[in-house]
Amino acid sequence: MKYLQGIYKIIEKTALSETCFSFVIDCPEVAKISKAGQFVHILPKGKFLRRPISICQIDYEKGTLRIVFEIRGEGTQELSELNIGDDIDMIAPCGNGFEIFDNAKKIVLVGGGIGTPPMLGLSDIYKEKATAICGFRNKDAVILENDFLSNNTNTIICTDDGSYGIKGFVTDSLKAECEKGDVDLICACGPTPMLKAVSAIAQENNIECFVSLEERMGCGIGACLVCACKTKDENGEKMSHVCKNGPVFNAKEVVL
Amino acid sequence: MADLSVKVAGVEFKNPVIAASGCFGYGHEYEELFDLSKLGGISVKGTTLTRRDGNIPPRIAETPSGMLNSVGLQNPGIDYFIEKELPYLLKKDTVIIANIAGSSIEEYIEVAEKLNDTSVHMIEMNISCPNVKKGGAGFGTSCDMAASVTKAVRKATNKPLCVKLTPNVTSIAEIAKAVEAEGADAVSLINTLLGMRIDTRTRRPILHNNVGGLSGPAVLPVAVRMVWEVRNAVDIDIIGMGGISKGNDAAEIMLAGADAVQVGAALFNDPFACVRIVDELEKWCEVNKVDKLSDISGGVVTW
Repeated sequence: MKYLQGIYKIIEKTALSETCFSFVIDCPEVAKISKAGQFVHILPKGKFLRRPISICQIDYEKGTLRIVFEIRGEGTQELSELNIGDDIDMIAPCGNGFEIFDNAKKIVLVGGGIGTPPMLGLSDIYKEKATAICGFRNKDAVILENDFLSNNTNTIICTDDGSYGIKGFVTDSLKAECEKGDVDLICACGPTPMLKAVSAIAQENNIECFVSLEERMGCGIGACLVCACKTKDENGEKMSHVCKNGPVFNAKEVVL
Repeated sequence: MADLSVKVAGVEFKNPVIAASGCFGYGHEYEELFDLSKLGGISVKGTTLTRRDGNIPPRIAETPSGMLNSVGLQNPGIDYFIEKELPYLLKKDTVIIANIAGSSIEEYIEVAEKLNDTSVHMIEMNISCPNVKKGGAGFGTSCDMAASVTKAVRKATNKPLCVKLTPNVTSIAEIAKAVEAEGADAVSLINTLLGMRIDTRTRRPILHNNVGGLSGPAVLPVAVRMVWEVRNAVDIDIIGMGGISKGNDAAEIMLAGADAVQVGAALFNDPFACVRIVDELEKWCEVNKVDKLSDISGGVVTW
């Protein structure tokens, strides 16, 4: 089985900010087959369509997944009102996830806002070999900093207004890290303009780079062709799909 | 146990539940979850002569009890379908319906002709796609155009021919009569209803195509009404669809006049929708003391 559909229980809920929530979901059979960078496709009560939410952390021993999401609209608002003990209907794990490079020595993880959670899953794997550069609007929007630190991942927080960490965009810090040298892998998730800039920096420095994309989805498993994104290979450009061919793409192969 | 088998355009289906075109790809993704042989049939993703990339995303938006889509007939083209997808699908012990589309009558003819040498069980000719600029629903909104394309494809194909109709017309019954007169073996309806949603914060339509096709439970009563109107207008078989998400919905659209049903958008809510509906129809037959499900087609007792 690549993915399952089922009803699972929320066993932990934390408000990380005013609009950002963390759930731990008890789903041993799903956790067992999940990888960092994959997502879960959740049906909010009273809604017709599911909402794709990236997996933040996987606990293979406890058989749980952690997801962190932001209230964006009615569906995520509905989800945020769920509590410990409530059921959650999901198809999971969906998508391809990040390829893990055991030989990589210095990895930079770049998270933009609510693109930060899937980077924590990689921090769990790469630990002190990773540097996380995470950007947020302001101090109140900063999430997961301590989680990265507890993995001994070098953690750089940037805010747009300078109210916390470094004032400025993640790309400035990424450039500085690349200039230090030895970076052999960049993984990123966040708004498209950020991913575009990160890809450009990776290319300039000739560093392997993977980006995780977001798109409005239907089925979540690759049948409905709704979540299209343009990719390119030796045969030219074509439409791929974020849910099945992604959400993680090699930056060289995706047209942002 | 009730007999769920039905016959449409001379083709036998083990049960009346067909996965709707565009919602089921070529079956691979749902096959991870259940055995495709449980389905009455599969209407595969609409196929054109050459590859189409479809519209720019976003291509989907939630609506009250439903959704809008504007995929725009993205598909790899008929040659790819025949070579790479069809042989696999034909081994799945379910009826395979090739859904075809075109932007000219010549394209419809060429696509249909290419299927003559295959073992595909039926052709569903889509003259109702709301999401493409050329062709698509253009053929389905006028009786003359619908008749012309049906006549041409009827001549070109040796397969049972079902014509998929758009609800975005004044009288769907008139269109159905026009395609029946030109030799269609069946009609399928309804395709999606044209709709639009706007993000009030950005003042932008949610769909990049601005407008898209509405489907899901919200459209069920429209589908029931239109199937009933068409049943009263033509003698050929009807595949009913539009908002079916439960066994009872399927029974309802059959009572209105459908011989089989398609299930589409419901799959995005519940990926097991099709197989669940088969089970629910079986229970419905038991509760309602129906021995042969096909007996209920058109059985509505109107006031």
